[in-house]
Amino acid sequence: MSTAGRGGSSSAGINSARAIAAAVVSKDRSARQVTEEALAAVAERDGQLHAFLEVLPDEALAQADAVDAAVARGEDPGPLAGVPVALKDNLCTRGIPTTCASKILEGWRPPYDATVVELLRQAGAVALGKTNMDEFAMGSSTENSAFGPTRNPRCVDRVPGGSSGGSAAAVAAGFVPLGLGSDTGGSIRQPAALCGVVGMKPTYGRVSRYGLVAFASSLDQIGPFAGTVEDAALLFDVLARHDPRDSTSLRAASPSTVSTVHDGAEGVRVGICADLIEGCSPDVAARVYEAAEVLRAAGAHVEEIRVPEFAYGLSAYYLIAPAEASSNLARYDGVRYGLRVDADDASAMNTATRTAGFGAEVKRRIMLGTYALSAGYYDAYYAQAQRVRTLVVDAFARAYGSVDVLLGATAPTTAFALGDKVDDPMAMYMNDICTIPSNLAGHPALSVPFGAGDDGLPVGVQVLAPPLEEALLFRVARAVEAGAPATAWSPSP
Amino acid sequence: MSATEEPGHSAREEPGQLSRADVIHVANLARLSLSEDEVDTFTAQLRTVLAHAADVAALDLSHLAAMAHPLPVENVLRPDEAQPSLDRDEVLAAAPAVEDNRFRVPRIGPEPA
Repeated sequence: MSTAGRGGSSSAGINSARAIAAAVVSKDRSARQVTEEALAAVAERDGQLHAFLEVLPDEALAQADAVDAAVARGEDPGPLAGVPVALKDNLCTRGIPTTCASKILEGWRPPYDATVVELLRQAGAVALGKTNMDEFAMGSSTENSAFGPTRNPRCVDRVPGGSSGGSAAAVAAGFVPLGLGSDTGGSIRQPAALCGVVGMKPTYGRVSRYGLVAFASSLDQIGPFAGTVEDAALLFDVLARHDPRDSTSLRAASPSTVSTVHDGAEGVRVGICADLIEGCSPDVAARVYEAAEVLRAAGAHVEEIRVPEFAYGLSAYYLIAPAEASSNLARYDGVRYGLRVDADDASAMNTATRTAGFGAEVKRRIMLGTYALSAGYYDAYYAQAQRVRTLVVDAFARAYGSVDVLLGATAPTTAFALGDKVDDPMAMYMNDICTIPSNLAGHPALSVPFGAGDDGLPVGVQVLAPPLEEALLFRVARAVEAGAPATAWSPSP
Repeated sequence: MSATEEPGHSAREEPGQLSRADVIHVANLARLSLSEDEVDTFTAQLRTVLAHAADVAALDLSHLAAMAHPLPVENVLRPDEAQPSLDRDEVLAAAPAVEDNRFRVPRIGPEPA
């Protein structure tokens, strides 16, 4: 397929993960040199952006040296040899602070690594630091961090999106080619769209959640951020494997997605889903239709499709996710880890600790969830929301009877200004309207940058695929990327 | 993922509007203490969210099963063999207060007579 615009050659950029790993293996660059450059870039600009809550120079350089030593011994250092990676701060790192951007976990050092952290290390990647996020992943702007917001590298007066805003910003700023986030209602895809990078939510169960601090357990999934679709596929392939330590981990083997990412979209049936576009601003909507034309030109069969049931997803999500959060966050009681505010008896200590330790959005969701689960309201709210989940799953199944993938917007607008929506929770929640259906159903979905809005800021186009179809998802996304218009932030050739 | 419901639950109760008292009650259940101002703010904000959920509450979905989880969930078992667990000292090092290799908490229940 021909490429149009600078996006088409992006995977050849010298700072792509694939290029770094190849250079480290061939000894053109050392992992130490790559890591030192990344640390220098962070030192130079992250004072302004605040993508990282904690940078790990000593640990990163030690891991880089281990990779260089493996190369020197002639061993295979792994597919991500010497590649710096940013980790969202809800991923446990042994002996290294893991805060979830909450005061209630400030200073906590987990006694174990998340499975994804181990897999990255085995693949030769270098964890550069822990990134900022909305507290306990609750938010769409990273303004709910107890440690201050992150700024969007494309325009520092704007939010980076959230909740994984720090990882998205770290990739967009060029600090790292890869990042990890978690996506409960869009928390990887929405910040990826707002920052102009690739962000992907795998099928529920594809990536182990052992060591991911739980928010809403039937929805949470870890996934990659990258500058290019190919790099996202490379990282996904490292992460997608069964883990006996996560009882929701899938046993199905995951085929290599990076090996087919350039296979094109010829013959793929693409459904442009108006229900994932209509609520968006006109410039965002226009980019989605242009992306559909790119796929048509690449040989895909493009048709319009309606899935009106998606409209109920947002309300259902904002009952289910808070309900699960209210249960998951009961563990922060001042007993085993994290903050304790002393009081005369245990119950008063629990209340004093939670009152001082949680921010406003976390409290709001805990109360909403507790209410939705309480006697007299359970059936009207929680059980009803669970039935909507079935409704959404059935609607997806109907859609995938006639098309292979769906195409829509990722977020309704480009990045909004810092402070714009902090006092209006419902306005903030509306950011997730296009991403939530995939979480409710447990399906994979991806946001790929596609041009700019009227304000010159990045727009993300969302590709959605049936469960376990990540290879198809990456392939279609790469075809979109290959035809994306050039922007000021397109990766250099 | 069961569709079975007790008789009498099929006619859904329409929830009334959230009150300040509801917010205070829910905060107590969740072990949160709110100032008067916070009660006002949260009451207004939660009402807005619940009003948005009214579209869902009003749907007749009695023909659909409630779905708790996106995957067919089956119990996961492993052989009952001892395996290494987390290091006790490392775990206890993260606790706010420890005594004799145990988590120490303030008094539970009323002051002894």
